[in-house]
Amino acid sequence: MPITVSMTVNGKAVTGEIEPRTLLVQFIRENLKLTGTHVGCDTSQCGACVVHIDGTSVKSCTTLAVQVDGADVHTIESLADGDTLHPMQEAFRENHGLQCGFCTPGMVMSAVDLVKENPDPSEQEIREWLEGNLCRCTGYHNIVKSIKAGAAAMRG
Amino acid sequence: MNATGIGAAVKRKEDFRFLTGQGTYTDDINRPGQAYAYILRSPLAHANIKNIDTTAAKAADGVLAVFIGDDMAADGVGGIPCGWGVNNKDGSAMAEPAHPALAQGKVRYVGDQVAIVIAETYTQAKDAAETISVDYEELPAVINMEAALAGGPLVHDDAPGNMSYDWGLGDLDAVNEGFKNATQVSKIDIVNNRLIPNAMEPRAGIGEYDTATGEYTLYTTTQNPHVIRLLMGAFVLNIPEHKLRIVSPDVGGGFGSKIFHYAEEAILTWAAGKIQRPIKWTAERSDAFISDAHGRDHITHAELAMDADGKFLALKVSTKANMGAYLSTFATSVPTYLYGTLLAGVYSTPAVYVEVKSVFTNTVPVDAYRGAGRPEASYLLERLVDRAARETGHSQVDLRRKNFIPNDAFPYQTPVALAYDSGDYNASLDEALKRADVVGFEARKAESERNGKRRGLGYSTYIEACGIAPSAVAGALGARAGLYESANVRVHPTGSVTVYTGSHSTGQGHETAFAQLVSDTLGVSLESVDIVHGDTNKVQFGMGTYGSRSLAVGGEALMKALNKITDKAGKIAAHCLEASEADIEFKDGQFSVAGTDKSMAFSDVALTAYVPHNFPHETLEPGLEENAFYDPANFTFPGGCHICEVEIDPDTGTVSVENFVAVDDVGRVINPMIVEGQVHGGVAQGIGQALLEGCIYDESGQLTTGSFMDYTMPRADNIPNMDVGNTVTLCAHNSLGVKGCGEVGAIGSPPAVINAIVDSLWGLGVRDIAMPATPQKIWQAIATAQTSQAAE
Ligand code: FES
Ligand code: FES
Repeated sequence: MPITVSMTVNGKAVTGEIEPRTLLVQFIRENLKLTGTHVGCDTSQCGACVVHIDGTSVKSCTTLAVQVDGADVHTIESLADGDTLHPMQEAFRENHGLQCGFCTPGMVMSAVDLVKENPDPSEQEIREWLEGNLCRCTGYHNIVKSIKAGAAAMRG
Repeated sequence: MNATGIGAAVKRKEDFRFLTGQGTYTDDINRPGQAYAYILRSPLAHANIKNIDTTAAKAADGVLAVFIGDDMAADGVGGIPCGWGVNNKDGSAMAEPAHPALAQGKVRYVGDQVAIVIAETYTQAKDAAETISVDYEELPAVINMEAALAGGPLVHDDAPGNMSYDWGLGDLDAVNEGFKNATQVSKIDIVNNRLIPNAMEPRAGIGEYDTATGEYTLYTTTQNPHVIRLLMGAFVLNIPEHKLRIVSPDVGGGFGSKIFHYAEEAILTWAAGKIQRPIKWTAERSDAFISDAHGRDHITHAELAMDADGKFLALKVSTKANMGAYLSTFATSVPTYLYGTLLAGVYSTPAVYVEVKSVFTNTVPVDAYRGAGRPEASYLLERLVDRAARETGHSQVDLRRKNFIPNDAFPYQTPVALAYDSGDYNASLDEALKRADVVGFEARKAESERNGKRRGLGYSTYIEACGIAPSAVAGALGARAGLYESANVRVHPTGSVTVYTGSHSTGQGHETAFAQLVSDTLGVSLESVDIVHGDTNKVQFGMGTYGSRSLAVGGEALMKALNKITDKAGKIAAHCLEASEADIEFKDGQFSVAGTDKSMAFSDVALTAYVPHNFPHETLEPGLEENAFYDPANFTFPGGCHICEVEIDPDTGTVSVENFVAVDDVGRVINPMIVEGQVHGGVAQGIGQALLEGCIYDESGQLTTGSFMDYTMPRADNIPNMDVGNTVTLCAHNSLGVKGCGEVGAIGSPPAVINAIVDSLWGLGVRDIAMPATPQKIWQAIATAQTSQAAE
């Protein structure tokens, strides 16, 4: 039996008729056609799917769409202001914190949440925070560097 | 230097779309009327299929079709081909059993494709697949290579002894002579652990058939779309090139695993023709673990003969290489032409002999993974040299230096077929020694020991062969394709440029590095250049990206086409400026007449080419577009030195990588930022192999490391910061002098890590540690060594 969910995604009110077992990431990718949020695993291990729910980073592959009924969801698509990248996105670009780009939306969304919690994270704190985000391309070196730089830029 | 040209660390053009979630990966594409597929896979490693009952599945909600191997056979669909024939020592051809896309009569590994279920939604397809009843008659499986060769159950009736080939390379008599003259011999038994590539983007595809034109389209996550078109069109589905389009959009990492022509690609394309609707399939990560080709998996015994002074006299190597259940596209070349040929390493060993038996087992097919054969060669050699140094009382540095191929020996013909064009192995060693502060190591070691820890330093001075490959050489060695590359440069009327390249990026940044070549040559801005790849209907032809070949082969093809552009533009400028062609000079985007102030901008020349009001059409064609194919004269030979420093807690076996220095000679560097990033990624995969990653099958052939919970992927807190440097010797046979940087990290690093661990534990009596060197293995090795020392 399809059910109705409503939430705000990237500032827009959206409603969908979905099967109750629909994951948030499926709702975002398939119903809303926002394909910046990726799926890299089926065991909640890789973090490619991280979005913000009410301002906090969450793995959208491990969340049912119905669980966030009424919530305020932000995906990678909402981070930049038109052609102007968010400071964290800009830091990834400046520091070559991405290669294939597949892990990148999840990395950036996680990083933004980290800096909200901890405005000046140490290298070790960044590495520990990224426990739930896998990247196969960069060896993390430049991701860590990017997040440090992004945090500094966000502190202003 | 042009600010956006060769050597500039410009930021990547592709990053904006990736950072804003606007990349287009295969699974992001949706086609009108698209249906969804689920692939049913074998849960058993080895079984006869007695019967498949799909009645319930076909009747299930939303299901459009269910197909099995018999359906494909009835349509005359061919098997998945192997792209490289390897001969046995006696010259006979390898055993090459058929590889049906959907299993026919038998399944041979857990993950083997059994049926495709196509439905209106993915969940409907997946739910329906659960109702398919397959009557399996389970057969004994063979997982272990030794058992497979020793009369184990046959994986294929037409591969006696479970062997595909028994191959050899080198002069065995000369090697035996070397051993006769030796005063010291060091020996080693090495396992190169089986790995699962795990690009973060799972494989995916959309098959589509256009009833109006009869054209098939396959969107797929591949590193080489034209190769897939050739293999699938010509050998599997019998579709001519002009009716088959392969689109490979943004690809989320490959590392080799997306080179191969996979069964799912053929199944989707064929099924799309059957049901006349687009069909999308996306692998779940659990599918990826049991269907993406695995990597490595060698067992080797090697012996090194030396004279009294430590000079290498001869090397003898015997390797068993796991092929898995079927021969994947390039599987056969990996343990032979990409491994055996590299066993001279950076050393002037005069005689080398290698023999390789390739073995069928009931496991996922094994093929190229970042480095492909070369990491296996460098791991073997550098572990053996490390041991030889310890056994002969030389320092790690001295024994290496004593045996390095000297700078004045290039071009250097190795005893195993390859001819190295350039290198300076002392230079990269010196630079690495400096960066690693080897001088201060003893003090750091003493400090660790005061804290109850062990500290070790490990070296790896490696070489590899990239830019695969001269077609003539590859052909003589059994490659069933040429290995050149092509480029088309289209200058538009206002001077902007579109490049069509046969190389394909899976994250390497071609859109930037290739644009830098254009900017450097034509003097145009990076913004006015677009690099197009990944669509066989746009790009003329291509052999794709693997073996670090994009710049060394694809970049050279681009240079060749760019040179044709400047030649023709020069003719046009000469005509317009009423000068002789010989007097035309081209610099910074301006054509000028030598010794005069007459000049013309590149963009004006471009415009004139398309508005040729007064062209002498007999001698000058309108338009400004050129095509080039480039076939390299030789492989390229990047090399370098990696030094790893570890600290081990002997009470827990935990390893901490305290420092990792990589100094690589990749020839001329086009974009240092990108090169450094490639090395970081490669080293992380190498450290992953050395410390964390290992694919494990149980005896029945079940993959016990089938998810990210069981297979230890390197995470941010496992990988150290890396100190990456470079030294440069130019490639002697291409115009850019480039060698390739995609694989050096993964090739150089594993032996450095393991040698460092052995170094730290040697004093405790530990002589070897197998990859991945987990805390448990290290703790066990220490305990065992101490028990046996106590017993002595
Ligand atoms: S998709 Fe891997 S954690 Fe969500
Ligand atoms: S950039 Fe490719 S997985 Fe992180």
